[in-house]
Amino acid sequence: MAATRDFVIRFAGEGGQGMVTASEALAAAAAQVGYHVMTFVTFPSQIMGGPTWSQCRISVTPALSNGDTLDVLVAFNEEAYEVHKEELRDGGILVYDSAVFEVPEEDKGSMNIVALPYEELGKSTGNPRAANMVILGAVAQFVTWPEQYLEDFNVKRFTRGRPNDAEVVAANSMGLGLGRDAARESGFSLGELAAPDPPDYEQIIIKGNESFGLGALAAGLNFFVGYPISPATSILVFMEQNLRGEGTFVYQASSEIESISTIVGAGFVGKKAMTSTAGPGFSLMSEGLGMAWMMEIPCVVIDVQRGGPATGLPTKSEQSDLYMAMHPAHGDSQLPVIAPGTIEECFYAAMHALNWAERYQGPVIVLSEHMLSERVQNIRKPDPSLVEVEARQVYTGTNGYKRYEGDTVTPMPLPGGPGAYVANASEHDTIGDTTHLPVHHVRGTERRFGKLKLLEDTPYETRNTDNDVVIMPWGGSKGPAHEAYEKMMENGVPVGWYYTMFISPLNPKLLDELREKKLVLVPELNYLGQLSSILRQHGVNAKSITQYTGLPFKVADLVERVTAEVEAMAGSKVGV
Amino acid sequence: MTKRNPEYDFKWCPGCGDFGVKRAIELTIAARTTEMDIPFENNVIVAGIGCSGNLVHLTDGPQPFGFHGIHGRTLPVAFGIKSGNPDLEVMVVAGDGDFLSIGAEHIGPAAQRNLNVTCVIMDNGVYGLTKGQSSPTTQFGVVTSTTPGGKIEGEVKPFQYYLSLGASFVASAFSSKPREMAQMIREGMDYPGFSIVHVQSPCTTYNDNYDVLRGNAKKGIDPLTYDVPESHDPTDFREALRIAQDPGIPLGVLYAADNPEPLDERYASLNSRLRSRDVDQMIESFAIQ
Repeated sequence: MAATRDFVIRFAGEGGQGMVTASEALAAAAAQVGYHVMTFVTFPSQIMGGPTWSQCRISVTPALSNGDTLDVLVAFNEEAYEVHKEELRDGGILVYDSAVFEVPEEDKGSMNIVALPYEELGKSTGNPRAANMVILGAVAQFVTWPEQYLEDFNVKRFTRGRPNDAEVVAANSMGLGLGRDAARESGFSLGELAAPDPPDYEQIIIKGNESFGLGALAAGLNFFVGYPISPATSILVFMEQNLRGEGTFVYQASSEIESISTIVGAGFVGKKAMTSTAGPGFSLMSEGLGMAWMMEIPCVVIDVQRGGPATGLPTKSEQSDLYMAMHPAHGDSQLPVIAPGTIEECFYAAMHALNWAERYQGPVIVLSEHMLSERVQNIRKPDPSLVEVEARQVYTGTNGYKRYEGDTVTPMPLPGGPGAYVANASEHDTIGDTTHLPVHHVRGTERRFGKLKLLEDTPYETRNTDNDVVIMPWGGSKGPAHEAYEKMMENGVPVGWYYTMFISPLNPKLLDELREKKLVLVPELNYLGQLSSILRQHGVNAKSITQYTGLPFKVADLVERVTAEVEAMAGSKVGV
Repeated sequence: MTKRNPEYDFKWCPGCGDFGVKRAIELTIAARTTEMDIPFENNVIVAGIGCSGNLVHLTDGPQPFGFHGIHGRTLPVAFGIKSGNPDLEVMVVAGDGDFLSIGAEHIGPAAQRNLNVTCVIMDNGVYGLTKGQSSPTTQFGVVTSTTPGGKIEGEVKPFQYYLSLGASFVASAFSSKPREMAQMIREGMDYPGFSIVHVQSPCTTYNDNYDVLRGNAKKGIDPLTYDVPESHDPTDFREALRIAQDPGIPLGVLYAADNPEPLDERYASLNSRLRSRDVDQMIESFAIQ
């Protein structure tokens, strides 16, 4: 039997039972020996308890999505078993804590079941937290991993310079052994996971939100305020821990209304300022974002989208804030939007966003999603030198300056320096005085929109563009769409690929190319089909493939739906 | 700043209290800047929305930097400005509607942080720019366009409110007494922390209460304002609160907390204690090992 190249395990149970820790530990151990990993987490919005599950995909090649079906399901309680059992693939293995519940008799014939009282076994090692080690030991045995993988991981992870390190490591090792023994006894196996094929480049293992944080700092961020909100809080926490040093400021704000006004104030005095939030907080920032646009003040907002309007689905994945990111405020405006599709892109998206804010002097929005922000993945080590850090033009002349003269960006006076003016959120003339005269509103409006031209020359990905039908995912749906695309290539489906993270403004050259296509399919996690409708405004024949379950796309679903569209367009079956 | 454009159409009504406030602010900033050798361009005025906010466009003489933003958000903006550049001298000018209604949520956090800015609040007891609606300081029972049967909710009592929220410096002034007002603004600016100079600044069009504030013997009206007794110790919080609860409007410095440490200083000392790493080190901390 050929070795498996890919392996998906899900831990399902109640929040607080260590499921996230288990999948992240497995990911870390696999990454250490050179596999590619991706985790996925979903939990209800509460501190402890509630149905929670996490997933870990381990692959010989880079993981693009969290995986459609499960090779192993670890069920921590009966409810988790009932909810998730359907997603276990044929021939997959169920592991459950037989001290907690019993699998119904009628199910026992239909799957490979391993009764593993891991809590008790864990406690028997002397370390009450070794239950996860028992599970991991069993899981590793199912894919015939060399014992050394997890044993080495255990030593590295738990040698922390504490007096009881040796005991913890020994107990964990015993736990791994107990798991392995139980797996061997069961007689079940998933075959052999192919040996890792470590990439020849340096890697890090990181969450999307941390990647945003690193990118922002690499671009010279020196001012951050934020208000706690799922799933963006970890950016605020990252900043509290890392944005330090001379001339920096980081603070927890009292609301998102305060956050936005505060970063606009900081941008006004020359700081590279940013905040992060999620849908509800982003809604509260509407007016402040309009103010930054009107006053021409650089600042960046990361919106980690959640599901639905109002409080909605705080910890689920959706891509339904695109309209709002582009047009958050009343009146004529269009904000620049960057929506990264991978954790690696999160780093560069933050760098570009800060650069854009400085370059065009205005607010820039970065869109993320729960699935992108909170998962852990190994990525190529980011290289800040790939993006040149930009700084705004600062006015250095004498007083008597017209800050808002002309039809594009002009040097910005900074308080403490020459060129005092009033940054004015009312319509204003060239010196910043309030005016309601039509000539100034026309001039001001055209100047503000005209500056977007400075952001149009952006890169985009293309593959097999000679096909009539192309897919163009955005944001975090890039991963599953990419994997689906590879499958369709294997299947011989004639479909092309376009992708960019620079959503607003769209590169005019990209739009020219898209307008040549018979059909542009846009996989996106929202009801309205937001990006496709924006593409249609630009004269592109675009159609969305939507999903609004709060979960990311499954690769198999995308393959099926895109293939059906291609066949409908061709009028016949396609591929093999 | 360049001479302002001739078509700029904003004017205060004749007799508006805000004229006096503007003059007091101009004189105070000019005198303080010269005496303390502060670069004039270090002065920033953050203005709210309403009649009072337009002050930032109307000042005569050397021009400070101005920020005329959106309704109610002067304090968050000032927080960003002062924290972004602690060398700046930051003043907030706003009215009772901007500061005590839509912007009230920001007073508490600014007070707890002891944000080192000076707020000059022009209280006319009415929304003037929108032509005469009830404001937080409109008195109970008063008829306005939005309280045609008389206001049926109580009025905000600004001094009790500021003190209970933890403001470090609270003073009360009257636009008809510009010299005393200028002195209080100066003390507020020199004070190392969150200072509020709350000014009675009557609206001659919608709430002309000059007679009530300063009294009119001919009409048999006793003045509502009186001077805070010279014996008052402004570091005595309980006594300040007692004065704030008394009937009438006391004029003078009610409260100035002893030895306050402003946010910018507290932050600088915290920041110098915490570990700082460069970006490469941070990236390296996520390395797979």
